[in-house]
Amino acid sequence: MPESARLWGENLTLAYDHSVVSRDLGITIPDNSFTVIVGPNACGKSTLLRALSRMLKPSHGAVHLDGRMIGSYPSKEVARRLGLLPQSSIAPDGITVADLVARGRYPHQKFLKQWSRTDEQVITEAMDATGIVDLAGRMVDELSGGQRQRVWLAMVLAQQTPLLLLDEPTTYLDIAHQMDVLDLCAELHQERSYTLVAVLHDLNHACRYATHLIAMKDGQVVAEGSPSDIITEELVEEVFCMPVRVIPDPETGTPLVVPVDRGGRIARRDRPGPTLGHTDPDGAEQRRSA
Amino acid sequence: MTLTPARTGTGSGTSTSGGADAPVGRRPGHATRTLSLAGGRISFAVRPRVAAVYGGLIAATAVVFAVSLAVGEYSIPLPRVLWALAGQGERLDLFFVRDVRLPRAWVAVLVGAALGIAGGVFQSISRNPLGSPDIIGFTGGASTGAVATILVFGGSMLQVSLGAMAGGIATAVLVYLLAFKQGVQGYRLVLVGIGINALLMAVRDYLITRAELTEALTAHIWMIGSLNGRGWGEVIAVSIAAAVLMPLVLALGPRLRMMEMGEQAALALGVPVQRTQITAMLAASALTGAAIAVSGPIAFIALAAPQLVRRLARTQGTALFGAALMGALLLAAADLAAQHALAPTQLPVGVVTAVIGGTYLVWVLYREWRTGHA
Repeated sequence: MPESARLWGENLTLAYDHSVVSRDLGITIPDNSFTVIVGPNACGKSTLLRALSRMLKPSHGAVHLDGRMIGSYPSKEVARRLGLLPQSSIAPDGITVADLVARGRYPHQKFLKQWSRTDEQVITEAMDATGIVDLAGRMVDELSGGQRQRVWLAMVLAQQTPLLLLDEPTTYLDIAHQMDVLDLCAELHQERSYTLVAVLHDLNHACRYATHLIAMKDGQVVAEGSPSDIITEELVEEVFCMPVRVIPDPETGTPLVVPVDRGGRIARRDRPGPTLGHTDPDGAEQRRSA
Repeated sequence: MTLTPARTGTGSGTSTSGGADAPVGRRPGHATRTLSLAGGRISFAVRPRVAAVYGGLIAATAVVFAVSLAVGEYSIPLPRVLWALAGQGERLDLFFVRDVRLPRAWVAVLVGAALGIAGGVFQSISRNPLGSPDIIGFTGGASTGAVATILVFGGSMLQVSLGAMAGGIATAVLVYLLAFKQGVQGYRLVLVGIGINALLMAVRDYLITRAELTEALTAHIWMIGSLNGRGWGEVIAVSIAAAVLMPLVLALGPRLRMMEMGEQAALALGVPVQRTQITAMLAASALTGAAIAVSGPIAFIALAAPQLVRRLARTQGTALFGAALMGALLLAAADLAAQHALAPTQLPVGVVTAVIGGTYLVWVLYREWRTGHA
């Protein structure tokens, strides 16, 4: 079954030093999907992403990319097929946006051909796709968190790999910028037919954006499929050990996970009339303050 | 995929993009031009500011070089210096220019370049402007090796050099191994280096307290670092090391710059991080070793050169070639000052670089503090 997919792994045992995170894990990333991996902290989702992007060598089993074991490619060759946006990267001091995006061209550069007009054109397109063309000459250190994440995304796009792994791309961003980044991902997926694999913390974001959802717990895949098919109150309770209610998202119809008020300490404030579409002026005010 | 590669330029000869045909053209703030040669088979980015700074450094080094051939207790006017270089003129001119001042000036330039480039490598790997062979413990290892050679074997110049090399490289390997944990992280490298350096100083000082006075004095003078009386033998020794190691290190430059974005980002872009780290550290250590073997541990060039050139040329990340140029200029100028500032007393050049370096260090710390990094 999995052999037709571009990226899959089988019998994976993933471990740091000698503490095993996952044992006998099988995973397939459906081509042209926006796959999101969710699960509680320390469930091994980032570790899995590291293995899929050959940052971590499985102590057993193998990850396959385009029909070959990922470890058998030269490292620049992998970087021309698969891009990874790590959780935290360091922008070198005093680098401009355009220069940082240009670094995504590294796997395509050769000793005698360090920089060409093709590179120039590709980075312009990458900046265009992420809406940062106007920032090209700015210093990266001067940008806001949301802008900076767009720059890093542009750098990965400049790599020109139609397969893209994103390790918690929305961490450290406020809600508006989180949606911003996820919308951008959805656009890449739908309009530029990227295959995306993202680790996300927010279940509701995952349900909204994923076409394929993988729920993990204790290093194992508990369920996978389309969010509407697999997200049930039972599954979320099993994975996160927390009672929830699952209702349809009033905006998109995708599952919306609402934690049950376990302690009963929160006074119930039933509002008269519809609460949907209710806007909170204070919330809107705070959006840009970060 | 819509991010498709565009066709490459078909023109022959030299052409620059940045005019109407380029999509973004020159980026504001950081002008970059794409230079392509041989029908696009060779092409790279040229930054006018970087080119200008490098040109300036080369010119300044040439001036310092020329002056150091001309001035001294026995001053020789420049035309006669040129004649002497061509093998013409008075015997005394020939002697001073070709046998005394020329080799010394070459040693200064080569040792300076070697230290500058090595400093760049260590700063890049440790991602820390204070990372340098001095602080990472390499220099401590080399001087302990040299002092041990002087005190235990009596030590000819050659033996002392070998002792310094061995001590330095052994320390570098030790620091790397101790700092290693799934790759080397910058701060860990610096911390382990500082620790090892402190231990080695203790060993070295202990050795000196056990030594005869004359030996202790020899060791101490060696430890300051000096170019007094260096001749063609030293030039050849450093030249060989530089010819082998500098191209190797420069070739690793692009990878090192990628690694400054963090290990994961570099790996994701296809950089073999660990192999690059080890190769670069070994090469930079050997380069430092060769330099120290010839001149003694000259302070601060390795620390200051990479940072100064970065600020001047506003490069993105470590500029190894620039660090070499800056190191050459700094040491050549410092040695000129050391020879003539308190003439007829000749200072060891290490004293001059320490004064420059101390000032520099205060400036760096002040800057870091002001920008809130420290």
